[in-house]
Amino acid sequence: MAIAVEQPAVAPARTTRARLASVPGRLVAYLQAAPLALILGFFLLAPIVMIVVVSFWDYDFARLYPDFILTNYVDTLGSWVTWRTYLNTLKYAVIVWALTLFIGFWVAYFLAFHVRSTTMQTVLFLVCTVPFLTSNIIRMISWIPVLGRNGLVNAALLKTGVVSAPVEWLLYSDFAVVLAMVHLYTLFMVTPIFNTLMRIDRSLIEAARDAGANAWQVLWNVVLPLAKPGMAIGTIFVVTLVMADFITVQVMSGGQSASVALMMRNQMSLLQYPAAAANAVVLLVLVLLMVAGILRVVDIRKEL
Amino acid sequence: MRRERRPASFWILAAFFALFVLFLYGPLSAIMILSFQGPDGGLTFPLNGVSLHWFRNLTEQQAVGDFGGSFRRSFTLGLMVMAATVVVSLLAGLAFRRRFVGATPLFYLTVASLVVPSIIISLGIGVMFQQIGIRPSWYGSAFGAHLTWTLPFGVLIMFAVFNRFSPSYEEAARDLGASPWQTFRHVLLPMIAPMLVGVGLFGFTLSYDEFARSLMTAGTYNTLPLEIYAMTTNVTTPVLYALGTVTTLFSFLVISLTLAVIVWLGRRRARA
Repeated sequence: MAIAVEQPAVAPARTTRARLASVPGRLVAYLQAAPLALILGFFLLAPIVMIVVVSFWDYDFARLYPDFILTNYVDTLGSWVTWRTYLNTLKYAVIVWALTLFIGFWVAYFLAFHVRSTTMQTVLFLVCTVPFLTSNIIRMISWIPVLGRNGLVNAALLKTGVVSAPVEWLLYSDFAVVLAMVHLYTLFMVTPIFNTLMRIDRSLIEAARDAGANAWQVLWNVVLPLAKPGMAIGTIFVVTLVMADFITVQVMSGGQSASVALMMRNQMSLLQYPAAAANAVVLLVLVLLMVAGILRVVDIRKEL
Repeated sequence: MRRERRPASFWILAAFFALFVLFLYGPLSAIMILSFQGPDGGLTFPLNGVSLHWFRNLTEQQAVGDFGGSFRRSFTLGLMVMAATVVVSLLAGLAFRRRFVGATPLFYLTVASLVVPSIIISLGIGVMFQQIGIRPSWYGSAFGAHLTWTLPFGVLIMFAVFNRFSPSYEEAARDLGASPWQTFRHVLLPMIAPMLVGVGLFGFTLSYDEFARSLMTAGTYNTLPLEIYAMTTNVTTPVLYALGTVTTLFSFLVISLTLAVIVWLGRRRARA
């Protein structure tokens, strides 16, 4: 990385900031930023460049052959399985996004506006956060005794006489995939929305009330517009996580549904790296376009 | 505080929140209870007796694979990622307080690190190491792969911290004759210490639970999530739940310890 050694062209002006250090301030900044730049350069940028390069390579069962062919892209984009898989992944993304946005907003709203003491707010927020810091795979597995054929839900349904035979589609189905994703990712929606709601000036709401707005009007015309940046950040998290997901789809659908990342994973286990790389490039472009679209709505730098 | 009557919307949302918490913790408690299943019990309720049979089973290699070894590797890796995340994020946070050429691209690269699908990072690092001819290892390639996930969180948290941090404290220290190092060590660091502990918690737990980024980067020896994943496909006894209970309790322990440290730091500052 060049910026690590790059010297400032002119000596920095003796501003307050520059006097902070005995070494010229600018150089200090470069040294401080260097570790981050180096790590992301080597473990993020270089691998992505590698993927783009490899996506044009040829391969057989044993090794990769450096080349410039478009076969991998033609194979990927020319197959209707790919298109169906992309559609299926987008379907998950839309459903999970809508559900997490709804749940996340109301949970954050409750925490921000209805819980009065700061201590209680912190405690309840932590209660929501803790599961996020535990293993995703374990949290997925934990649905088995609940949703399975002999699971808790089916047992309850049978006992109350709602159904006469166990419901089969609770586990290993699209329903299970969406449920598990909502379970895993809602927190990514709660946190940013909670953050923006906490920063809404309470006097705005009082002013709206004084001007005669009812509760719904306050919510619709004051709170929701101001919560949009938080919703946008949450949306970025949830959409990118769902688009990248393969393990939830694999475990919770019991291998019956597909996602783009799962398709890549299967190609990787067959050592078809160039094919997986072509898929990766398409997926990456799609995800970055989605994020860019959301970023047009909100400047996240202002939100930090 | 003025006590007014709670509106109906409060009770509806409180019920919604309670359901959400039940949704979060319900399934987790189910497997915790089922991990105490008797030796003849299965993967679902009812409990067929109560025993520690499946926890004992956990220590036997042939039943679950290398649980002890994978736990040690994940734990060590978590600590490495934690240390690197705290140091690198703090330095980057300090750098972003000044203006430097490349600050904006670096910021966007950090955000990109958050949105690039994890499996692409796994594939990219895996193929890159293969082509360079370096053997992937949990302490090398997987370490780097995990950092691409923990660093953006750390840097963005530090970014937020310094955005709200008034430089007047440092200016005051400087006016009193403190050297830059003294200002950093005795003024800045104590003030942001709780946030740094939080960043450390993120670094550790995100790495400890990471699966997708370890997939092609961990090399010969499995980390714990990889081991657990392998178990989900071939283990059909409650030993799976026992493993889940143990790792979840371990996560709870780590979180509680971290919170205790944060509270302790806060009290110490309040006293000083």
